[in-house]
Amino acid sequence: MTDATADRSQKAPRVSPKGGSRGALVGWAFIAPGLIFYGVFVLVPICISVYYSLLRWDGIGKSTWKGLSNYIEVLSDSELLQVLGNAFQLVVYFTVIPVAIGLGVASAIRNHLSGKFGTVARTVLFIPQVIPLVAAGIAWSWMLASNGVVNQFFNLIGLGGITRGWLGDFDFALPAVGVIGAWVLLGLCTMLLVTGIARIDPSLYEAAELDGASAWDEFRWITLPGLRQEIGVCVTVTVIAALASFDIVYIATGGGPGVNTTVPGLEIYRLAFAHRQVGLASALAVVLMVLVILVVIPIQWLTRERK
Amino acid sequence: MNVPNPARLSLLAAALLSAVSTAAIAAPSCGTNPVVMNVYFETGFPLPTELSKEFTKQFPNVTFNIKEDLFATLMENSPRVLAGDNPPDLIRLPSISDLVKDGLLKNLDSYATAFGWDKYPPAQLAQNRVADGGSPRGEGSLYAMGLNYSMTGIFYNKALAAKIGMTKPPETVAELEDLMAKAKAAGIAPNIMWNKPSVGLTFPLQNLMGAFGDPGAVNDWIFQHKGATIDTPTNLTATQHLENWVKSGYFQDDINSVDYATAMSRFIGGQGLFLFDGDWESGNFDKAMAGNVGFFLMPPAVAGGKHAAMSAPLTYGIGANAKNADCAAFFLNWVATNEEARKIDVAIGGSNPGGPTDLPLPAVTPGSVTEQTLAAGNVIAKDNGAMDFIANATGAIYADGWTPALQKMVGGREDAATTLKDVQAEYVKELSR
Repeated sequence: MTDATADRSQKAPRVSPKGGSRGALVGWAFIAPGLIFYGVFVLVPICISVYYSLLRWDGIGKSTWKGLSNYIEVLSDSELLQVLGNAFQLVVYFTVIPVAIGLGVASAIRNHLSGKFGTVARTVLFIPQVIPLVAAGIAWSWMLASNGVVNQFFNLIGLGGITRGWLGDFDFALPAVGVIGAWVLLGLCTMLLVTGIARIDPSLYEAAELDGASAWDEFRWITLPGLRQEIGVCVTVTVIAALASFDIVYIATGGGPGVNTTVPGLEIYRLAFAHRQVGLASALAVVLMVLVILVVIPIQWLTRERK
Repeated sequence: MNVPNPARLSLLAAALLSAVSTAAIAAPSCGTNPVVMNVYFETGFPLPTELSKEFTKQFPNVTFNIKEDLFATLMENSPRVLAGDNPPDLIRLPSISDLVKDGLLKNLDSYATAFGWDKYPPAQLAQNRVADGGSPRGEGSLYAMGLNYSMTGIFYNKALAAKIGMTKPPETVAELEDLMAKAKAAGIAPNIMWNKPSVGLTFPLQNLMGAFGDPGAVNDWIFQHKGATIDTPTNLTATQHLENWVKSGYFQDDINSVDYATAMSRFIGGQGLFLFDGDWESGNFDKAMAGNVGFFLMPPAVAGGKHAAMSAPLTYGIGANAKNADCAAFFLNWVATNEEARKIDVAIGGSNPGGPTDLPLPAVTPGSVTEQTLAAGNVIAKDNGAMDFIANATGAIYADGWTPALQKMVGGREDAATTLKDVQAEYVKELSR
């Protein structure tokens, strides 16, 4: 005990009362660059946005105080509510599909596809993640055009009757945008889940097999619980990508046809720069931020590590 | 001592008089010292750059520092660029009302007097006039000038027209519709158009509005006159005709997913008979489909009636705090009056150069579509049928009014009446904010 204390005081002088404050200071110095960066580029802009959301301002001229009326407009304008609804529909495509397919691929790679084929599969699935969203949007716009490869494929297999300009169709534009998002995010989810599954102790699977567990049982009782944290990260990132989407929609559809694919990100941009309603745009941005937080907190809570 | 010397007095008076008259005569110019003009042009349109090259050739002390952006980017950036530390001497302006409201544009009234622009046909300058406070447009002080004056109508593919027996342009809307029906029956796409990301159907729609109603009333709406509405009986008739064209399959069924560039390549590729577009494409078509393209204005509803068309200046303004405002104004005047500049204006820009009425139009290749569009411009001037673009009524009426409403009409989600009601509601909402 004495030895230990002496040892500690020698090796770690920082715990002495005098060194403590210096230690804290050094700690602060270490996090200062990040903290300043975060403060200047995240916290301050958020506060400014909240302030703008209480104004009526065109971004250049004089502003007038409007209190909460911008928020009332955001929450009562049927079109803005439809725009928020579109974002939640995108969650199905941006989150459910990539996570489900990612889980399938991860299990398959663990079971059968290890070795070279598994590496190739992982690489191919991850490639969309490194392609800029704008490029992905343009490429998919061509593929989904009325003479694009998607329709050529349908013609080839005798489904010429269903071909159309997918991104301009009222029923299919949002799902088509969703497919682009799913394609982009699948790589990220697969990567995370494949890495996560490799972390699970193989002896668990061996024990389950010895006990006669089916593949489904293994997936349900070993893989899923073992991947809880990775699934949490995937769901969080993809839900935010869906709710705060902008690039893909802007490039692929511009929000049309009608307002069927308009998402909050696009509308915020339009309100600020086309309508020049900086106050209203900021109010919608703040509402979107609160919605994202409200959706993400339960996801974090549900997928946190259980002790 | 107190009595002034008469000789001295008269000398002084003469000096004063000559000073005053010199000031009145000497219009603003670029001087003789080196000037670097700070200008902000639109990407994809070579005209202003070509003009600036010619200007430097004629006035070697003036050079241009050119910055370019796409139209949509210009629309978003122009207020901030003009409010910045180094506001442009010349800037392509998508819309001017808001900029005038914020005091970002130079009032050009004194230049108009100095250069004699106030003697141009009033309609030429009307769209660039704004009342104090930014609204209404169409009256008040002058805040911008057009490099040229473009106009929309209907281009047609001559080979396809011959196939359906079209020997001359239609004289009424009914005749035009008859031609569309013939094309459809012959398996030819009657119209090539685009409707994404922003709608192109505003072109035929607005020209139909001018055919069935008073173009002045449409302008009143665009210029934000009090109580103006787009939802009028004649506009409804126009919109119903367009709706019928959609329902009759006169537009390709994928137009909601077709953008401008795609439509352009389809028309140049001979995939359809008509294209509703502006004369800024004349030069392009004369090259890409030489001899195979013609142009006519939207015909009136009844034979012999007046013609109307969407027609707008290629608007350029001067920053309120621009360093070389005089030189910029001199450039704008030079564009409208210099023989070489007017030639470039027509050859590269494809549109009427405007300017004083006593100047001749530059010669163009006989039989070219540019020749036809320039002639059509005279018809519109004679019929007093020029309308500003219905998409310019407010900053966002295009993106959030016309685009969703007309896309819905194409998709069968809305009828003509609802389309106009939606747009009017958006207009009222935007003006109330």
